[in-house]
Amino acid sequence: MSFPFLLRRLVLVIPTLIGVSIIVFVLLRVVPGDPIMMMIPPGATEDDIDHLRQLYGLDKPILEQYLVWFSEVLKGDFGTSISLRQDVVELILSRLPATIELAVAAMFISVILGTSLALIGTFWSNQWPETIVDGFTGLNQAIPDFLWGLIFILAFGVLWPLLPVSGRIDPRINLDLVSQFYIVESLIRGEFSVFLTLIKHMIMPAIALALPLTAVIARSLKASLRETMTQDYIRMAQVKGFGPWRILIVEALRNAMIPTVALSGVQFNFLLGGTVLIERIFSYPGIGNMSIGAVIDRDLPLIQGLIITFAILFIVTNLVIDMSYRTLNPRVRNE
Amino acid sequence: MSEPTRSGRVHLSSLVRTWLGGIVIGLLILIAIFAPWIAPHDPLKQDLFSGLMAPFWLDNHDPAYLLGTDSLGRDVLSRLIYGTQIALVVAFIAASLAALLGTVLGLLAGYYGGWLDTVVSRLVEIWMAFPPVLLSIVLVAVIGTGLHSVVIAIVIIDWTRFCRVVRAETLVQREQEYISSAVSIGFERWTILWREILPNVLPLLVTLLTLEMGIAVIVEAILSFVGLSVSSDQATWGGLIQEGRQYVHSAWWVMSLPMICIIIAVLAFNALGDGLRTILDPVMRK
Repeated sequence: MSFPFLLRRLVLVIPTLIGVSIIVFVLLRVVPGDPIMMMIPPGATEDDIDHLRQLYGLDKPILEQYLVWFSEVLKGDFGTSISLRQDVVELILSRLPATIELAVAAMFISVILGTSLALIGTFWSNQWPETIVDGFTGLNQAIPDFLWGLIFILAFGVLWPLLPVSGRIDPRINLDLVSQFYIVESLIRGEFSVFLTLIKHMIMPAIALALPLTAVIARSLKASLRETMTQDYIRMAQVKGFGPWRILIVEALRNAMIPTVALSGVQFNFLLGGTVLIERIFSYPGIGNMSIGAVIDRDLPLIQGLIITFAILFIVTNLVIDMSYRTLNPRVRNE
Repeated sequence: MSEPTRSGRVHLSSLVRTWLGGIVIGLLILIAIFAPWIAPHDPLKQDLFSGLMAPFWLDNHDPAYLLGTDSLGRDVLSRLIYGTQIALVVAFIAASLAALLGTVLGLLAGYYGGWLDTVVSRLVEIWMAFPPVLLSIVLVAVIGTGLHSVVIAIVIIDWTRFCRVVRAETLVQREQEYISSAVSIGFERWTILWREILPNVLPLLVTLLTLEMGIAVIVEAILSFVGLSVSSDQATWGGLIQEGRQYVHSAWWVMSLPMICIIIAVLAFNALGDGLRTILDPVMRK
């Protein structure tokens, strides 16, 4: 993988982001419904309304509004949230780390769990472990992440109360962390009790988010492992007398991984999108939860900022996956 | 030695799955149609003196309310039965419209190629960049709540699923010999598309359509859960989940019953879709 390739990919990101921003901007404005009407107190006069409309620039034509907004965005200014009356960038930055920690944890879980299931299903293929793995992936095709979240709340929050069902941290804990990356920071500082409560709060939403992707990884990886295991170089390794686990993990896994990595780009996007509902269900203070609030309040500047943030997250994830795919796959590595 | 028995088993179980899925969906359709006669109570009738009653298998239940009541004293069983109506209406209408839009665009793009194909493919790519859940929530917030906007949102988001597959399949079919023979005996392009290619894409389409119905049930539940589907006093599975979530610590069953309904419906649509795929596919049938 070469530097010019990376540069080319980064340049291609710009039109996509502009496209996303135009679609969102126009979509939110051509439709009926007036955000100003939602924020005025009863008894406001026409003058008050006009004043507010001018203040938020909503009295100008759409194209002009877009150009003004876009030139501010280029300077890193996404405007002021209408419902929360705070700077949009500050709001998003204060919530983004929570979502990143949750999403990374979920991705980690799904990769580890999905790979293990695929290995187990291949090692004991045509025996009961494979049946269990197949049953698990089949069930996960039907049950979406938000239902898993609710099932976990029922099971481990209510019927057998093991884990906290809402928030990111116990409100009684006095936090003096400087960043919003609580898990990372508590680990670095060695505050393990804080770290433990953070994990306890995160484990249910993270697993709920991870399960659909786990199933996709397990299914796809098992299919390509089955194919890889019939190839000549694997036979060769068997003849050489390598142990079955060694052949599976050291010899087969690396090649079998390639199609799964290629597939996981879109799937990671689904996982990121899934944070919206999962955060809502677990009252987890990230940008997903914030998005639903912003949509319900018709908070245009905040919605725009959030969608652009999600788009950037998708693009970055896809870029990383694309690059790891290129590193893994010798056929495209040297292009 | 193991291969023939294995594929035989797959075929048998897919037949069983298809039937099971079909029967469950048939039952759900009957429940939806006959809801006014089956439901023991009016799903909207409140009885504040008998709120949060337990279902029949727990203590302090009232035999009049088989599955208990919600916080406003409305009968949970009746709300579930009426919820079936909305879930199925959304599933059938939204999935069919998404299939129609996606199939038409996919057929045209795949068959005619050229700039049309470029435009459609690019559009699909941009569409895939949006997170579906967030997009549906934004869309419904934009169009306004209500049954029709839920349907519109699902169509706008999910037409790409059909378009991608149908386009790819049309590309394959276009190169087959029977198409060149049809062209050489002077069939019109439209006739070829309609009479020759569409029937060959149909098995795949039926499978996708069935799976999409399951997805639509979930999307409707999600939107009701967030409070953006039909008006909140109407009975929906997602709405009941959202209600139950608020007092899950005092009455856990209110949330779990509609979840079971959704899981059953989605599993049934998936079983039917997967089964049909195996049965309709001539290669897998062998």
